[in-house]
Amino acid sequence: MAAATPAPASEAWTAPAGRPARRPVIALDRISKRYGQGEAEVRALDGVNLTIGRGEFVAIVGASGSGKSTMMNIIGCLDASTSGRYFMDGIETGELDEFQLAQIRNRKIGFVFQSFNLIPRTRAVENVAMPLAYRKVPRRVRHARALEALDAVGLSARAGHLPSQLSGGQQQRVAIARALVTEPVLLLADEPTGALDTHSSEEILDLFASLHARGRTIVMITHEPEVAARAQRVVRMQDGKIIADTGVVR
Amino acid sequence: MIAEAVRFALSGISANRMRSVLTTLGIVIGISAVITLLAVGAGTSNMIKDQIDKLGTNVLTVNRAQSTGGRTTGGSATSTRTQSTNLTSSDQQSLDDPVLAPDIATTAPVIQAQSVTATLGSSTHSIASTLGTTPSYFGITNFAAAAGRILNDSDAGQPVVVLGNSVAVDLATNVATLVGQTVSLNGQNFTVVGVLGPKGTSGLNDPDDVAMVPFATAQDKFTGYSPSLSSIQVQAKSSDVMTQAQNEIQQILDARHRVTSANRDYQVRNQAQILSTATTTTQTLTVLLSAVAGISLLVGGIGVMNIMLVTVTERTREIGIRKAIGATRGNIVMQFLIESLIISVLGGIVGILIGFGASSFTIAGVHPEVQWWTVWLSVVVSAGIGLVFGIYPANKAAKLRPIDALRYE
Ligand SMILES: Nc1ncnc2c1ncn2[C@@H]1O[C@H](COP(=O)(O)OP(=O)(O)O)[C@@H](O)[C@H]1O
Ligand SMILES: [Mg+2]
Repeated sequence: MAAATPAPASEAWTAPAGRPARRPVIALDRISKRYGQGEAEVRALDGVNLTIGRGEFVAIVGASGSGKSTMMNIIGCLDASTSGRYFMDGIETGELDEFQLAQIRNRKIGFVFQSFNLIPRTRAVENVAMPLAYRKVPRRVRHARALEALDAVGLSARAGHLPSQLSGGQQQRVAIARALVTEPVLLLADEPTGALDTHSSEEILDLFASLHARGRTIVMITHEPEVAARAQRVVRMQDGKIIADTGVVR
Repeated sequence: MIAEAVRFALSGISANRMRSVLTTLGIVIGISAVITLLAVGAGTSNMIKDQIDKLGTNVLTVNRAQSTGGRTTGGSATSTRTQSTNLTSSDQQSLDDPVLAPDIATTAPVIQAQSVTATLGSSTHSIASTLGTTPSYFGITNFAAAAGRILNDSDAGQPVVVLGNSVAVDLATNVATLVGQTVSLNGQNFTVVGVLGPKGTSGLNDPDDVAMVPFATAQDKFTGYSPSLSSIQVQAKSSDVMTQAQNEIQQILDARHRVTSANRDYQVRNQAQILSTATTTTQTLTVLLSAVAGISLLVGGIGVMNIMLVTVTERTREIGIRKAIGATRGNIVMQFLIESLIISVLGGIVGILIGFGASSFTIAGVHPEVQWWTVWLSVVVSAGIGLVFGIYPANKAAKLRPIDALRYE
């Protein structure tokens, strides 16, 4: 598997001995996340080490409550770990303030959620353009780029529709367009097909496959084996730990 | 980003139309009330200023003291002396003294005839104020003839009358035809020598509901030969020497009446001053009422804050999404501030329009005049309300952790 872009030398990330020196997109170093205290303490993540390289298509699977979403939130810089270090595209996120984290989410990560999470009462093209607006891209430019992104997911004909006027599959494709419009290094999807019928699910997974083929890094959480089968690498979780990792197999 | 926030806020406002209307109601009421009240206040003081101009800014009126406190010699009861003949024609003439009263231009004696009714053919009019006076009175009080002439010196003792405009209008459709006709005043025949031009009704009393007859004629036909005057009208040389003129009147009359400032049996009034006082009172009242209306603005602001808190809660998930795709705290604060700003400024604009609407009516005889500065102030105040009461909800939204906001159901 060839990397889409050669990674520049990192100032923050130093590759562990014996690993390739290429900067990974995600590097979790003994990440733990605990909720509650004392008796009620829950170890949602328990010393997780995980490295995901550029261009990989990884499925994270595991039973409900195994810590998948917790890990996804930490990878997405939506939540902070209790202990351990997390390098996002070579940057140690633990040292960043709220503003910088917002910028990481904006520039490096594209989110796809189970429940689509489009902004209501806002047309598809505007939903897609929104991450660019937070990046102060001029209105005309972001409109053009949003239309391009919608075209890439096959929805340019629905650009002017409101989320309420779109089917679930279409909404999810708008959400993928929104995730891709900033050209992020990582596409992060939490159960992206969980709310869709089989046909729409297939469409979304085909879309992921083609994005992967074009070199996009994708991390997808799922509990469905047939969905996980579409990925290149499967990471299995249980009780906050990684219990199996197929490595890159295809 | 601002354009987006504005567009989004407007779509939110129109999606919750009823709620938005109710939210802005406090601001609408407050702003429209302040604008209308200040317009009425301005209309009132304009009216008073007009009245001052009509009266003349340099006129002083000398009246008998209204309460007790006449010239007393010894310890006799003073209350009986209020009816005394303490303001006389010679008092009036003594004020026409270029040496002792250099700031007085001219004076006129006034005696007032009670309840006089004018009759011409089948038309009658009950005159509010019938005066016996001298020709100088017209110059002092700014009355000019619209038809015929005012009184002159040769009219003294003659049965002639000059009619005020309101009286004339009641007696004849074309007031000019009255000149030369004979009208009956309380059954006695008078020849109309002139009709006065209108001063215009302003406030409660009509300055045109008057009739003037020569001084001696009034004594002859109405009041009898009493030396007592109702008042003396004094014209100062200019409005700048009113105080000096007043002092001169008091010196002369104090000496003649053998009184001091402590037991003066007459009073000198400056009409313009009285009206200025009225203006001040009106202004005070206007400010007070506006302050009450301002409380409605405070209530309106609290309403805006309340609805913004509801909006933030309703849109917690949206806030989470926006944060996930890269919105910073500043972005979120701005979005919600713009929204509260728009709500309250829209309320302000509706309030301004209603204020204009209400001010186009005549309220209690006053033509309200909307002050442009109140319009600008309203815009600024409503924007200020939006900012002040929007900052807390906006901050609350911005402080949400993205993960908590996204999980919110
Ligand atoms: N906000 C929270 N507070 C307390 N416990 C939590 C919270 N979020 C998740 N957990 C717990 O952490 C564990 C992992 O949850 P999660 O990551 O959502 O699992 P998954 O996504 O694999 O179903 C579960 O035991 C869950 O109950
Ligand atoms: Mg989950």
